[in-house]
Amino acid sequence: MMTLYDHLVAACPRDAGSFAAFRSLGFPTIREEDWRFTNLAPYLKDDYRLVVPSPDVSLVRELLRSCAVDGWDAARIVFVNGVLQESLSDVPSTGSLSDVLVDTSTYRLAGLNAALSQGVGFKMARANKPIHLIHLYTTDVPAFFQPRVRFVLPSLAELTLLESSLCATGVAPVMINALLECVLEEGARLTHYVLQSGRKGERLLSHTQVVQARDSVYDNVTLNLPEADLIRNQLNVTLDGTGCECHLYGLYLPADHQLIDNHTVVDHRQPNCESNELYKGVLRGNARAVFNGKIFVRREAQKTNAFQKNNNLLLGDKAMVHSKPQLEIFADDVKCSHGSTIGQFNPDSLFYLRARGIGEEMAKELLVQAFGADITERVSSAAVQRHLEKHLHRERPIIHRYDVPKHVEHI
Amino acid sequence: MLSIKNLHAEVEDKKILKGINLQVNAGEVHAIMGPNGSGKSSLASVLAGRENYHVTEGEVLLDGRDLLDMAPEVRAREGVFLAFQYPVEIPGVSNVNFLKTALGEIRAYRGLPPLEPREFLRLSKERQALVEFDAGLVNRSLNEGFSGGEKKRNEIFQLAMLEPRLAILDETDSGLDIDALRIVASGVNKLRSRDNAFLIITHYQRLLDYIVPDFVHVLYDGRIVRSGTKELALELEEKGYDWLKEVAVV
Repeated sequence: MMTLYDHLVAACPRDAGSFAAFRSLGFPTIREEDWRFTNLAPYLKDDYRLVVPSPDVSLVRELLRSCAVDGWDAARIVFVNGVLQESLSDVPSTGSLSDVLVDTSTYRLAGLNAALSQGVGFKMARANKPIHLIHLYTTDVPAFFQPRVRFVLPSLAELTLLESSLCATGVAPVMINALLECVLEEGARLTHYVLQSGRKGERLLSHTQVVQARDSVYDNVTLNLPEADLIRNQLNVTLDGTGCECHLYGLYLPADHQLIDNHTVVDHRQPNCESNELYKGVLRGNARAVFNGKIFVRREAQKTNAFQKNNNLLLGDKAMVHSKPQLEIFADDVKCSHGSTIGQFNPDSLFYLRARGIGEEMAKELLVQAFGADITERVSSAAVQRHLEKHLHRERPIIHRYDVPKHVEHI
Repeated sequence: MLSIKNLHAEVEDKKILKGINLQVNAGEVHAIMGPNGSGKSSLASVLAGRENYHVTEGEVLLDGRDLLDMAPEVRAREGVFLAFQYPVEIPGVSNVNFLKTALGEIRAYRGLPPLEPREFLRLSKERQALVEFDAGLVNRSLNEGFSGGEKKRNEIFQLAMLEPRLAILDETDSGLDIDALRIVASGVNKLRSRDNAFLIITHYQRLLDYIVPDFVHVLYDGRIVRSGTKELALELEEKGYDWLKEVAVV
């Protein structure tokens, strides 16, 4: 029987340079440091197809309605099963991509993506309407999809981008190997929200490469919801000019037997840049999570401020988190810090809530939401924040901030 | 309303209550006084159901029902309210939400629907005024960054919102300046009724100048060693607690 690897090799043109590492090494294994805690092997056994029948148009439209953000005026870019749907998208593309901005010898899954998918580029104007980038996956047979997108923000351009990745229908195993590249030219500003909400049977591998030129600002808020079997994100930000800023916030909520793995790399290559990173996780049941945050401060990158924090709430008896900060500092005039915590509910907080008549389960939910609020509060668009919180609380309908009518805010 | 009989309790194998007897009827205000370490706050914790306190003997009945058998939230829904000595800060949970959730749970327990938002707002405004609680604090995260006085006033605001039958004030006066003390006391006085009762735990007589108790009990070494009327508090103020220790030994 042909394995997924065999299918991919057969599908790849011989001359694709970005494919070389994947061709010689195949999928990553737990023998590699970056994959020690995330074993892909069990997810590679299914009989994935690289091409599947097109889904029903009316179903796609219905799914699109379900991921609309209330009260948010945004242009839409829609991918279905990894392929751009121009008829459903509002933003003209600049066509397929001829190069790749990722070091594909290190990140060979990104190389695999770049070799097999043509990709779609978007060049932004100076001022832009917010964009909702929607990745929909719907298939009745096991499938392997590889969406690839690039956004280029020219000098001083500003963009708010919400990236929704949604595998909503069917039960067949789906593996996604996504690649997103963002180029921020001088003084550009990208605010990037990521909502990953999947279903059982979904395995999402995602690589995001951000390259920042002088004085640019990149903000990322990532929300990993439960349900998908596996989410593995590789978020790499290269600060390649002076005066850059980047802020990375993440909230991961694995449950049952799910695994959510966030690997981030912040690469300070130039002086006078600042990076802030806060990832928080709530783990239930037998869930596992991995946080690996690398920060490089190169020798030229003097006057760097780089901060990183990872906090975990471990709620399941068998839940497990692997938290690994990794700072490599070659400059001598820098401020860097990192910290990692793993804990459970504060018994005093829990008792306080219960002593006011709030049941134990509800009290725990409130504390979980409070724990996550640190992240969701970073979303500056009110409509997007409501949207994210709606997803966050969908499965556990608890009274939250937005149930309080507007006029109450002004008591 | 509340009947405590021969209550013994310990925390981490240390005996802290050694046979408390106390009867509190509706409409009454009882003050519990005593030196540090006498078991005052432990009594409050045991009544509210704090987990690390273990009752080894005796019973506590609330309107004839076994209080000790109830989870903390059930006690609260049955009408027991503890104003904490050290209210907890919970960043990320808004005061409004917290109160809305608590009130909703208590009402549901009594078979009542949740308050309409408009009605909740009206009640909240009315009770804020009653206890002079700053409107700006209501929308903030629960007690986060509140001053000591603001936290205590928030406790009284919650008390006013939840309308318990039995309110236990655990050293609510500690850390309050005289103005805050007066406001807190005036709130409590406005909330006193024929149907509810207050158990006021305090180290100093000062609070009792403003909230006049019907009974005063002195706790020493886990037992009530003296009970009386409000004059007992004045006597304590004058003589301190030392003379009681001798009484206790005899």
